[in-house]
Amino acid sequence: MNVPMKVTVNGKLHALDVEPRMLLVEMVREQLDLTGTHVGCDTTYCGACTVLLNGAAVKSCTMFAVQADGAEITTVEGLEKDGQLHPIQKAFGDAYGLQCGYCTPGLMLSTLQLLSENKQPDEKDMRKAIAGNTCRCTGYQNVLKAMQLAAQNMKGA
Amino acid sequence: MSSSNGKDAKNWVGQALPRKEENRLLRGRGRFSDDIKLREMLYLRFVRSPYAHAKIVGVDTSTAEKLSGVACALTGAEIVSQTQPFIEIGPDPFARIKDYPLAAAKVRYQGEPVAAVVAESAALADDAAELVQVEYEALDPVIDAEEALENQSLLHDEAGTNLVWNGVFEYGDVAKAFKEAAHVVTIDRMHFHRFSSTPLENNVVIARWDPKDERIYYQCNNSFPSFAIQFLAAHLQVHIDRIRVETSDIGGSFGIKITSYPQMAVCALASKKAGGRPVKWVETRSEHLTSSAHGNERIFRETRVALDKNGVITAITSRHIDDCGAYPRYEPLGCVIWSQVFPGVYRFKNARIDFSQAVTNKCPVGPNRGYSRMQHLWFLERIVDVCAHKLGIAPDEMRLRNYVRPEEFPYTTPNGCIYDSGNYPRMLQLAKQKIGWDDWKKKQATARKEGRLIGIGIGTTLDSGTNNFGQSQIVNPGLPYSGNSQGANCKLDIYGEVVVAVGSCPQGQGHETTAAQVVADVLNIHPDMVTVRTGFDTERNVHTGFSGTYASQFAVSGLSAVHGAAQKLKAEMKRLGAFVLETKEADVEFGTGAQGPELIAKSSGKSINYWGLANIVNANSASLPEELYELTLNCRYIWRAPFKVPDKQKKYGNLTMTYASQLHIAVIEVERDTFIPRILDYAAIDDCGTVINPPIVEGQVYGATAHGIGAALMENCVYDAVGNMLTSTFSDYTPITAMNMPHVKYGHISTPSPHSYSGAKGMGEGGAAPVHTISAALQDALFDEGVFIDDSFNNADSLFRALVGKEISQMEKLVKVEKR
Ligand code: FES
Ligand code: FES
Repeated sequence: MNVPMKVTVNGKLHALDVEPRMLLVEMVREQLDLTGTHVGCDTTYCGACTVLLNGAAVKSCTMFAVQADGAEITTVEGLEKDGQLHPIQKAFGDAYGLQCGYCTPGLMLSTLQLLSENKQPDEKDMRKAIAGNTCRCTGYQNVLKAMQLAAQNMKGA
Repeated sequence: MSSSNGKDAKNWVGQALPRKEENRLLRGRGRFSDDIKLREMLYLRFVRSPYAHAKIVGVDTSTAEKLSGVACALTGAEIVSQTQPFIEIGPDPFARIKDYPLAAAKVRYQGEPVAAVVAESAALADDAAELVQVEYEALDPVIDAEEALENQSLLHDEAGTNLVWNGVFEYGDVAKAFKEAAHVVTIDRMHFHRFSSTPLENNVVIARWDPKDERIYYQCNNSFPSFAIQFLAAHLQVHIDRIRVETSDIGGSFGIKITSYPQMAVCALASKKAGGRPVKWVETRSEHLTSSAHGNERIFRETRVALDKNGVITAITSRHIDDCGAYPRYEPLGCVIWSQVFPGVYRFKNARIDFSQAVTNKCPVGPNRGYSRMQHLWFLERIVDVCAHKLGIAPDEMRLRNYVRPEEFPYTTPNGCIYDSGNYPRMLQLAKQKIGWDDWKKKQATARKEGRLIGIGIGTTLDSGTNNFGQSQIVNPGLPYSGNSQGANCKLDIYGEVVVAVGSCPQGQGHETTAAQVVADVLNIHPDMVTVRTGFDTERNVHTGFSGTYASQFAVSGLSAVHGAAQKLKAEMKRLGAFVLETKEADVEFGTGAQGPELIAKSSGKSINYWGLANIVNANSASLPEELYELTLNCRYIWRAPFKVPDKQKKYGNLTMTYASQLHIAVIEVERDTFIPRILDYAAIDDCGTVINPPIVEGQVYGATAHGIGAALMENCVYDAVGNMLTSTFSDYTPITAMNMPHVKYGHISTPSPHSYSGAKGMGEGGAAPVHTISAALQDALFDEGVFIDDSFNNADSLFRALVGKEISQMEKLVKVEKR
């Protein structure tokens, strides 16, 4: 019954056998043990499960794992390079953009997508970019500050 | 606070220190309960009732159990035969009800669990749950609390009534105040709606009932574990020391995760039945929204307000009916907890509140951010606000006339609570400045002429922190609880590391950081040199009966415990240091040298580092003289709040240690064509006394503000007439997003608390300031339209019904003013 698939996650190729009904988030968390990607709802609302699929932010709770066959996926664990925080991670820390941190991986990946398309987002752009990411702790204010800081940090890059 | 060598210039407390928690959380390396996988782990799924009220005729799990990969199933009947019903906090007759974690004879709310299945994978458990057959016989549901009190349909036959609790809180001379009043305002009915601050991470339990040592091991995200184990031990009939609870990173709680002990019980029993294999339950969002816990809903009836000729309130009487859902569980504590803020921020001395609580066929309530006080504070804010409008007094002026005055602190309320410190007029002034009050007033006047509906509203609120559990005796004189306490341990480990453990169970409040700041100041070292244990663990032996994280208290109870433990350690280190350095204790200084943190003899310049000290006690004790054998460098300290048991008859006494305050101002426009209420501007001022870490406090204010704005405009637990919950997913419940959350103009004042060692006041719940503020702003926008904001929840639909349909919230019908 299981289906074979290949997927590159954070630069590493995995050959897997998955149940057809397995969700992408389950594959990431349960098969690959990358538990930085979270689940917060069952209706594609909260974005705690956000990963990048071929560079685009997607809600991994709303895709089957098999749909990612052949794709390249980035999860929060793939953001740092050689132990060095990504500028977005640094900005979230510096701007107190997190409290419990449950939403943070998703928010950072949505930010990464935004900043890869728009180097100088204004407040509206930023709010739109995270419209699909629920945070219950921060009230978003420091998240927006962090996004702004990340944009600044990455300008040179 | 001062360190031994008087180097106060470099205090860590009060600094914007980066959070220690960040390193793991930013890297996706947090350890949330759902991240934990254990060998041989099984997965549990609940079978839940589609009915709000029904008899259970039969539960058949046989087909489910035959499915390959299913380990076992549990039913309510089985649980009844193996356990004791949960402890009831309230007095008779509700003490007689039988509350089990799986319903056995009948179900009392939609989503109530009736059975559980356990399988090799989560997906298989889902499949198996669908194969469980339950036969129901529907009963009449009771959805409204006032209707419930008519006792037409009873939820709990053993109680013989739906009334959980009733008590009258009366102070001063109410009759005299009304006799002398210049104005009497009466308000027929107001309603505070049901909502949940619902954390992003759902409840998770992993339980293992080990047959070898007959102990139960929990890894979970319960936010008040010392309360949970007291309930679980009595329910499961095991020695309390046989239950170990560990928490790690928690994705928010806001009080809601206090009430996960029923699910914890089921997981343990399932593990026992499965031969001791670990059982994991991960709640889905719709389970969370239908059946974890909601905030208390409350109805305010027949409110009468006496005022003098200047609009100063002299007395209030009212009848309150609280709706606690199907089972009291943490209730009826909410029936007294509101009285921590009995007069709110106001000076009136005479009042009579007749308070009742009823069960209804809805999800049980639990402590929800602002627990039980926000309902009451909203009620008072509505009174002050509507009286101002009705008497033609400017709402800001009305508040100034009624506020407790800065020079009156510490202020004793009519019911004996002691407000430690505050300055409400200064907060109002600062908030007006932040928002540009005069400017908005002008803009509002112009907009009004164009027919636009713009309102400016003020909300003043309290965040009372660190409970006196003695107040529980006001609801039930037989309860053995009073005071408050917290434990902490501070030690030098064998290699000299400073390690701190505390009985809190943080969910994003940065306890690891603030605890390190406190210890760093005591020992005069850098906070990076202090390791603070993550999460809670009964095995650390630092918990008391009240340990957990709830009720805005860490800055007071948690940090006082940490401070006490650090002081104890410091005293021991000093004694040992004096011996080693061959000098007097007074000569020993704490500092950091080339070999890390150390103790130095001022007179000789000799020093010993922490490793050296720890080594003598732990591994090199032959050099230790006998009189120093009592030194352990492993110091446990229990902090106790200086409370007395309140007078149960008079319902009088100090119920809380600190009173942080918040003052918000909102500018709102109700769109004429869509009726959508839009926030145009928002300011929030906070006063939590001495601040331990400013950005952490600021973050808590933003978060609480978002919860309040969400609650006021978007988030509502809606039930239909037969008890179907209509907002059981995020798509229906619509938690506030970055698209709806306005930018908050933040300001801060500090009136240090004389009651806590550092001057800090517990904060974090925020007192639901936005709910009061938005109601006031909407009132200001719609007063001329004849609308009375009588509900804490307002969206386009309800505003349309009020403005156009004129079916609800009509000022004329609901509010009367009698001028004498
Ligand atoms: S878990 Fe994927 S959107 Fe909520
Ligand atoms: S930080 Fe807790 S949900 Fe965002």
